[in-house]
Amino acid sequence: MKKLVDKYTRKMIRAGLADDPLVCGLDDELFWNREDEAIPVLGNVVQGMNINSLIYAEPAEPYQTILRYLAERYPEIITPGDCETRTFLHDLPVIHSFSAETVLSCLRKRKSVIIAEDHAIRVVTFGTVSPEQAFVTFSSVCFSSFVLFFADYLDDLRQSNVTARQQKAFAAILPFVNKPAREAPGLHAGPFSTAEQVIEAMIEAGKYTVDFGLVDSYFGNISYRLNDTVYISQTGSSLDELAGCIDPCPLDGSSSSAITASSELSAHNEIFLRTDKLAILHGHPKFAVILSMDCDEQDCPQRGQCHIKCSRERFINDIPIVPGEVGTGPTGLCNTLPPAIKGNRGAIVWGHGLFTTGSTDFNEAFRNLLDIENMCRTQYFKRVQQLI
Amino acid sequence: MHYGWTGKILRIDLSTATHDILQPDEDIYRKFIGGKGMAGHFLRPHVTLDWDHPDMPLLLFTGPLVGTIAPTSGRSTVMSRSPLTGTVADCSVGGRLGFQLKRAGWDGIIITGKADNLCSIEIEDSHVRIHDAAQYRGKDTNDIFDAFFDGSRSVAAIGTAAENGVAFSSLTVDKHHAAGRTGIGLCFGAKNIKFLTIHGTGKIPVRNKKELLKAREEITRLTAASPILMGEQGFSCFGTGSIYDLMDSRRMMPTDNFRKTHFDRAGELNAYAYKENYLPKKYGCMGCHILCKKIAGKGKMKGGSMPEFETMSHFTALIGNTDMKLVMQANELCNRFGMDTISAAATLACYREMNGGIDLSAHLLDLLTQIGTASTELGRSLGRGSMKYAQGMQQDSQPSMSVKGLELPAYDPRGAYGMSLAYALSTRGGCHLRAYPVSHEILRKPVATDRFTFSGKARIIKIAEDQNAVVDSLTACKFIFFAAGLEEYARAYTAVTGVETTAQELLKAGERIYYHERIMNALNGFTAADDDLPMRFFTEAGSGGNAIEIKPLDREAFLEARARYYHIRGLDEQGRPTPEKTKELGLA
Ligand SMILES: [Zn+2]
Repeated sequence: MKKLVDKYTRKMIRAGLADDPLVCGLDDELFWNREDEAIPVLGNVVQGMNINSLIYAEPAEPYQTILRYLAERYPEIITPGDCETRTFLHDLPVIHSFSAETVLSCLRKRKSVIIAEDHAIRVVTFGTVSPEQAFVTFSSVCFSSFVLFFADYLDDLRQSNVTARQQKAFAAILPFVNKPAREAPGLHAGPFSTAEQVIEAMIEAGKYTVDFGLVDSYFGNISYRLNDTVYISQTGSSLDELAGCIDPCPLDGSSSSAITASSELSAHNEIFLRTDKLAILHGHPKFAVILSMDCDEQDCPQRGQCHIKCSRERFINDIPIVPGEVGTGPTGLCNTLPPAIKGNRGAIVWGHGLFTTGSTDFNEAFRNLLDIENMCRTQYFKRVQQLI
Repeated sequence: MHYGWTGKILRIDLSTATHDILQPDEDIYRKFIGGKGMAGHFLRPHVTLDWDHPDMPLLLFTGPLVGTIAPTSGRSTVMSRSPLTGTVADCSVGGRLGFQLKRAGWDGIIITGKADNLCSIEIEDSHVRIHDAAQYRGKDTNDIFDAFFDGSRSVAAIGTAAENGVAFSSLTVDKHHAAGRTGIGLCFGAKNIKFLTIHGTGKIPVRNKKELLKAREEITRLTAASPILMGEQGFSCFGTGSIYDLMDSRRMMPTDNFRKTHFDRAGELNAYAYKENYLPKKYGCMGCHILCKKIAGKGKMKGGSMPEFETMSHFTALIGNTDMKLVMQANELCNRFGMDTISAAATLACYREMNGGIDLSAHLLDLLTQIGTASTELGRSLGRGSMKYAQGMQQDSQPSMSVKGLELPAYDPRGAYGMSLAYALSTRGGCHLRAYPVSHEILRKPVATDRFTFSGKARIIKIAEDQNAVVDSLTACKFIFFAAGLEEYARAYTAVTGVETTAQELLKAGERIYYHERIMNALNGFTAADDDLPMRFFTEAGSGGNAIEIKPLDREAFLEARARYYHIRGLDEQGRPTPEKTKELGLA
């Protein structure tokens, strides 16, 4: 347990989610990563639930400012519209006093709670088999709050509804968002001819995708086609820890040992079958997600159902945006993404993330992921400028 | 109580051929939910009776979600005391049995007494009739389904195995579904019940339909996102057999009666090969969209059930068979005779090991027939299960790979340490489904855990047992919990019943329901000595490969983890319930 607690403490810090998280793991005895005056209260929270791990932390910037603002604007429940929220979190409950009772009242039914007390912001999340769940939830809370904040802002600008408080928060966050663009790194050059080369290249590309902030926690996936086998990251694997988490899947489906492969295997396979691309990379870069949700058709009859029903042809410059939910199913992105990405540098799935491809290796796919996200960020601020 | 539950339980006394109606207090429903929980509540006062005592109740219970649009909620629980293990015996069973029972207006049935002659029970809404079934003596389950399973009602039947006292007899439901384990079929035999038909026409009132639709949408969205359930290699496409390849590649496929953990010929006998040969069609339980059942679409077996993963694995690797057709035939025979495929195959694997590892292929069908018809001395002694068979041969029970007498399914515990605890601690003996740690140790859900460590596993197993106890009480399917969670099901529960609840409150009920089973087993003398695994796992290594090493389990680490589990579960050092915990859970 200690090993896992320490690992996810480090990951929280490295992912920029918190500077000094409090993390605990529990088998027969409770283990905390450090001392903290909140422990007596949190100990009662742990006692009051059937769980094995918990994270309690003040989110790092810009999430702290974002959550402080959102908790004022939505004092009971924050409901972001992105895919991670819709699928896994449902909504983000907020409380305004810190006690075992108030925390339990939310965590008994939801995966997270945001504590907005005076000026302080804390987030509590938990796991039932591993602190990794608490980490993933924490990360999703930050991601979806970020997306909601920027989506709201653009929308409010358009309606001339931006408040002074909102504008102040926006200004405070800008320095964290306006970082100088980074050059794409040189990755292993393909085409690859052995499984070892493929796996090495995937591990490398995955690491950079996380390092560049183009995906959060265990979301995102990556694949490479070698002859008639698709090598793909496993479901729930973190792109920065892919060693041992890549499944070979024969394109003809003759073995199902890859039943643990990513939920987007069908979409990847379909892209490989429709194009001559060899590499696919999927991340959740924030501004691509935010812009995909920005639509000025206020009276559209499909509003509220955009993620599955949007029927307009939408683009951000040359990049198409398609509806589609995670995985298979009749409204799954496996139906919408493959035709959209063909002949394009990439495609964005509404409120979810960005898929890019490469012809020989991950250099092109990574560059596309990075360039498109940078383009989306530029585009976002351009739209803001136009509306001000 | 106007929503979700019907509030009525049917009690049938076969000795007097009478029945009456029980209407338990609402707080009993709140405490035990339904299904497994409610059945346990009614089993407890009688649990120390012999399994075949006329007063030993046989229970069939549905849960509050059954008959509603909540996904995978067509299931029910059959429970009694096990003839095979002496423990609590409960099986979650699919098909339409629970659905029809609920529509007939019953949350459950309690059957006591013993009919003078072989009988059948017919339930048509509130009408209950007991018929003489002497003419069906010696008939296999197919004969019963041919006669009564026409789609208008649900049919549950035993075959000849249960008539002949086979300790691992199953109850077959709606032709393709089995309450397979712990010999529950023999409990029907003990009461002289050959089959049961149920048809109901009522509707289940739902408190808040809009909320239930939302919960349903959340749950189906999560299943669509699950590669294990709905992915192109998942259960929906290939059935449970889709994990066959995975188990072998993870080096945990029980081979040669658990002497090895890798089967050379697995690649030819995987789900894909069955699909090529039999073109299986999708089929499922009432109210389920996953459709993990597969029905053969061509060949002689057309229309018959395809083997589930456990059957595929145990009728090949475990007994050294490489003939797929033989697996199909063995599966069909077991279904016809009404025998649990896991216990049948594992008992034969034990027999094979005790006979120098002889090639069983040529005799397999004959041996199964001898067991199912009890036509020979060998058949009768194998029909007592591997543990009693091995002991009867004046050997120790070493070659019986079982826990508490229940034969182990197709996951080698040396390849997933949580599974070793799950097997040892399960209240019905060697069962994978109580805690199903394969979910996180192999299938990465809800997240992956390190399969080669005991660290953290004691609590993980405890939490999973609690969760699955809730699932079996609601009554939903455990498979959907690869994708959804109690968070979403709590919403469905509240929408259906109007009873406010949360995921954590449901888990608390699960803890109560599971602890209740520990209490019942303790009343029958079960202690820590029974919460153990065959010694082979601690002394022999499995078959490594693929850069995976399968070491023997570290006995000391196992016992430490088990002690932690006792502590977490609120049991004493001997694994027995404590008065404090019993009181805390409202079970005194
Ligand atoms: Zn994604």
